[in-house]
Amino acid sequence: MNISDILILRQEFFLFGILILLLLYKLVASNSSINRGIIFGINILMAINIIMGFLNTSYGNLFGGMFQSNATIVLEKNLLAIGTLIICMQASDWTNTFKNNVEYYFILIATLLGMDIMISSGHFTIFYIGFELASLPLAALVSFNKAEKSSAEAGIKMILMSGFSSCILLFGISLLYGLSGTLLFDKMVAIHFDGSLSVLAFLFIFAGFGFKLSIVPFHLWTADVYEGAPINVTSFLSVISKSATVFIFLTILYKVFGSFNTTWIYALSLTTVFSITIGNLFALRQTNLKRFLAFSSIAQAGFILLGMISGSNLAMGSVLYFIFIYIFSNLAAFGVLGILHHQNGKDSILDLSGLYKRNPFLGIVMVLAMLSLAGVPPTAGFFGKFFLLNSAMSKGYYLITAIAVLNMIISLYYYLRIVRIIFTDATEEQSLITAGSWLGKLSLVFCIIGIIAIGFIGDLFEYFNYLSFGI
Amino acid sequence: MLNLIFLFPGLTLLLLCFFKRQEVVRWISLLGSILQLLFVLSLLSFYLQDVKLINASTTLYESSLPWFKTLNLNYHTGVDGIGLAMILLTAIISFTGVLASWNISLKPREFYFNLFLLSTGAYGFFIAQDLFTLFFFLEIAIIPKFLLISIWGSGKHIASANKLVLMLMAGSAMILVSMLGIYYNGSHCFDISVIAKNGLPVKVQQILFPLLFTGFGIFTAMFPFHTWVPDGHSSAPTAASMFLSGISMKMGAYGCLRVAMALMPQAAINQAWIFLTLALIGVLYAAFATVRQTDLKYINAYSSISHTSLVLIGILAMNATALNGAVMQMFSHGIMTALFFALIGMIYGRTHTRIVSEMSGLQKVLPFIGTAFIIAGLCSLGLPGLSGFPSEAKIFFGSYAADGHFIHLITIFSILSIVITAVYILRMSGSVIFGPLSNEFSPLKDGSWYEKYLIVILVGTIIFVGIYPTWISDLIQYGVNNIMLQIKDHSVAVVPHGILNI
Repeated sequence: MNISDILILRQEFFLFGILILLLLYKLVASNSSINRGIIFGINILMAINIIMGFLNTSYGNLFGGMFQSNATIVLEKNLLAIGTLIICMQASDWTNTFKNNVEYYFILIATLLGMDIMISSGHFTIFYIGFELASLPLAALVSFNKAEKSSAEAGIKMILMSGFSSCILLFGISLLYGLSGTLLFDKMVAIHFDGSLSVLAFLFIFAGFGFKLSIVPFHLWTADVYEGAPINVTSFLSVISKSATVFIFLTILYKVFGSFNTTWIYALSLTTVFSITIGNLFALRQTNLKRFLAFSSIAQAGFILLGMISGSNLAMGSVLYFIFIYIFSNLAAFGVLGILHHQNGKDSILDLSGLYKRNPFLGIVMVLAMLSLAGVPPTAGFFGKFFLLNSAMSKGYYLITAIAVLNMIISLYYYLRIVRIIFTDATEEQSLITAGSWLGKLSLVFCIIGIIAIGFIGDLFEYFNYLSFGI
Repeated sequence: MLNLIFLFPGLTLLLLCFFKRQEVVRWISLLGSILQLLFVLSLLSFYLQDVKLINASTTLYESSLPWFKTLNLNYHTGVDGIGLAMILLTAIISFTGVLASWNISLKPREFYFNLFLLSTGAYGFFIAQDLFTLFFFLEIAIIPKFLLISIWGSGKHIASANKLVLMLMAGSAMILVSMLGIYYNGSHCFDISVIAKNGLPVKVQQILFPLLFTGFGIFTAMFPFHTWVPDGHSSAPTAASMFLSGISMKMGAYGCLRVAMALMPQAAINQAWIFLTLALIGVLYAAFATVRQTDLKYINAYSSISHTSLVLIGILAMNATALNGAVMQMFSHGIMTALFFALIGMIYGRTHTRIVSEMSGLQKVLPFIGTAFIIAGLCSLGLPGLSGFPSEAKIFFGSYAADGHFIHLITIFSILSIVITAVYILRMSGSVIFGPLSNEFSPLKDGSWYEKYLIVILVGTIIFVGIYPTWISDLIQYGVNNIMLQIKDHSVAVVPHGILNI
C-alpha cells in the first residue's frame, strides 16, 4: 500500500484516527468530571475532515475494484460529513450534561465510517461490512439515554428491525450471486437480469434498503424509534443515515440493476406513491414533534424515490441536490427541537406556541425549516422539490408527478400549521428560551445560510448534475 | 435597470429586520413605499419615451441571467404595457396599504415585512418573462397572505387562512404540472417568448390549457373555485384585503392572459366556451350573491368576484378592444376595491361593526369617508367619469365585436350584472351613508391625516383614469398588440366550436 492508496482512503483513515484518539482519551481521562474541551476538539476534527475531503482529489480503485473512489463518491462523503458536523455541533449542549459524553461521538463517528465504507464499496462484501457498521452502532445510539425507558425500547426495536433488514438484504445478495456468479458491481453491470429469480433478488434487496430508508411499507419502526431516541440521534437517523442509504442505493440501482429498470420501475413507483401519501396522511394527525418529523421524513423519502424513477443523469443530480438541501432543512428543525427539549423537556407541537416571541432567532429558524421542507420559495426546498418533479416529468411519469404534487398541498397544511403556531402567542405565560451555546447557534446559522442560499446558486446544481450518472 | 425594482422593497425588508418599534417601522415602510412608487412612476415615463422611439410594441428592458444552465432555466425579466400597468397598481396599493395599517399594534414589524414580501412577489411576477421566474414569484406571494390572515385576522381567520392557502396552492400545483408539461412537450425551455414563437402541438395544448387556465383561474376567483375569496377577505386585516383583491386576484388574471392564452391560443379558441360560461356564471352568481350579503366585507368580496369574472370574459373574447378593457378593468378594479376595503376598515375601526343594517347616516359624522365611499360605489357600478366606466364599456364593446354568436350571448347576459351591481351598491350606500344618524355613532371623528392621504390618492386615481382613460389604455395597448400578435399567428376567427354555433 503506497501513499496514493492512503490518499484514496484518506477520509476513512482520518475518521479511524479520530476513533483511536477518542479511545486513548477515554483511557487517560479522569472518569469523575465532564470534559467540555474534547467536544470542541471533535468538532474541529470533523471540520478538518470536511476541508480535507474537498481539498485532495485523488481517485481510484483499491483491492481489485472492491473499494472505489471517484469525484461523485467523495462528494457524497462530504455531504455526510457536513451533516455530521452540524449534528456534532448541535449535540454539544446535550452531551455536556453527562459523563460518558465522548461515547456518543465515538459511536457517531464509527457509524459515519461505516457509511463511508458502504458508499465507496464496489463489491457486495465490502458493502455489507459497511452496511452493518453503519447499522449496529445506531441501535446503541438510539438507546443512549439509559435512564429512559422509551429510549431502551426504541433501541430494542431498532436492533430487531435492522437485524431483520440485514437478513433480508443478505438473502437478496445471495440470490444475486447465484444469478450472476460475481459480487463485483462493475462485472454485474454487464449482466442482463431477467426472470422471476431476478425479481425476487431485487425485491429482497429493495426491502432491505426500504427498512433503512423508512419507506412504506417498511416504515413501521420509524415513528416509535424516532420518538424514543434522543433528539440528536433522531436527527442523525433521519438525515445522515437516510442519505447514506440513498447514495449506495442509487449506485446499486443504476449500476447493478441498470438493465432491470423496466421491472424495478413498478416497485419504485408503488412505494413512492404509498410513502408520500401515507407519510403525509399520518403526519397530519401527529401531536408529538418527533413523531411528526418521522412521518414527514417518510414522505420526503418518497419524494427522493420519485426523483430516482426516471433513471437518468438528471434524476441522480436532482436526488443529490435534494439531499444536500434536505440536510440543512431537516437539521435546522431538529436543532431547534433539540434546544427546546434540552430546556423544557417537552416535545409536543403545542410547546412551540409563541416560539417567535420567546426567542425570535429560534422561531425564524424553525419557520424557514418548515417552509423549506414544504417546498415553498424562496427557500431551497422549493428548488429541491422542483427538480425532483422535473426529473420524473422528464421521462413522462405524469400520474406519479400529479399525485406527488397533490401531496405537496397536503403537506403544506401541516407545515404551515406549525408556522402559525410559532407566531401565535400562547394564552398562558411562557418562559423565554435561550438559544443555547454558541456552537449550537453557529450550526443553526449554517442551516439558515444553506436554506436561503442554495437555490440561488445555480452552479451548485450544475456541479451535482455533472458528477451524476444514469443507467 | 428593471431589476432595480427590487431595490427599495429589498432595502425596506432589510431595514425592517433591525427595528421593532411601531413608530419607527411604519415610517420606514412608508418611506420605502413612497420611494418605490416614485421609482415605478419614473419607470413608466421612461417606458413611454422609449416605446415611442422604438415605435414597436415589444418587451422592453429585458435582461436574462442564467440560473440553472443544464435545464435552460433563466432569470429573465422584461416589461411591456400590461406588466407596467400592473406594476403601477401594485406600487399604489402597497403605498396605500401601509397607510391603511398605520395603527397596527400587534407585531407591526412582522406585519409590514409580510406586506412588502407580498408586493415583492407581485413585482417579480409582473416583470417575469420566464415561466420558472414567474412561478417562483407567484409562490413567494402566497405564504405572506397566509400569515397576514392567520396572525392578524379576525373571526374564523385560521380556517379562512387554511382554505385560502390550500386553494391557491392547488392552483399553483396545476400551474407547476402544466409548466413542466409545456417544457417537455415544447422547446425544452421556460422562456415565454421562445415558447410562443415555437408553438406547442395542438394535442398538448388541449390538455394543458384547461389545467393552466384553471390554475390561474383559482387565483382570479373563477366560478367554482371562488370560495376562498369571501372567507379570506372577511377575516383578513384591512391591508391584506386590499392586497388580496387588489393585487393577488390580478396576478391570476395576468397569468391567464400572459401564459395560458398567449402560449396556447389554439386550445384557447377551442375551449373558450367552457371558461366563458364559467366566467358568466361567476359574474351573475356573485352579483346576485352580493345582494343577499349583510356584511360590508362580504359585499365587497362577492362584488370583486363578479368584477374579476368580467376581466376573464374580456380576456377570453380574444379581441384587442376587449383585452385592453380587461387589463384596464384589472387596474381600475384593483384601485376601486382597495379603496373600498380601506374605507370598510376605517368604518369598522370607528363603529366596530360591519353589518349594514346596524349603521346609518354616517355621512353626517364622517363626511370625508362617506363621500369617498359613495365615489367608490359609483365607480363600481360604472358611472361615466370614473374609472369603472371606460374599462367595463371596453370589455362589453370588444367582446360584442368578437365573432360568433355565443360570445354575443355571453356579453348580453354579462351586461345584466351592471343592473344588479346598481341594486346592491345603491342599497348599501343608501343605508350606511345616508339616513338618520343613531346616537351611538354621533361622537365619531372623520378621517385622520393618513386616512385622508390614502383616500385622496385612490380617489384621485379613479377620477383621473375616469376622465382621461386614454393614457392608460394607450399604455396597455402596447402590451395588447404584443399579445394579439402571438394569438393572431395561430388563429383565424374566434368561433366556439361545436356549441351554440347558431
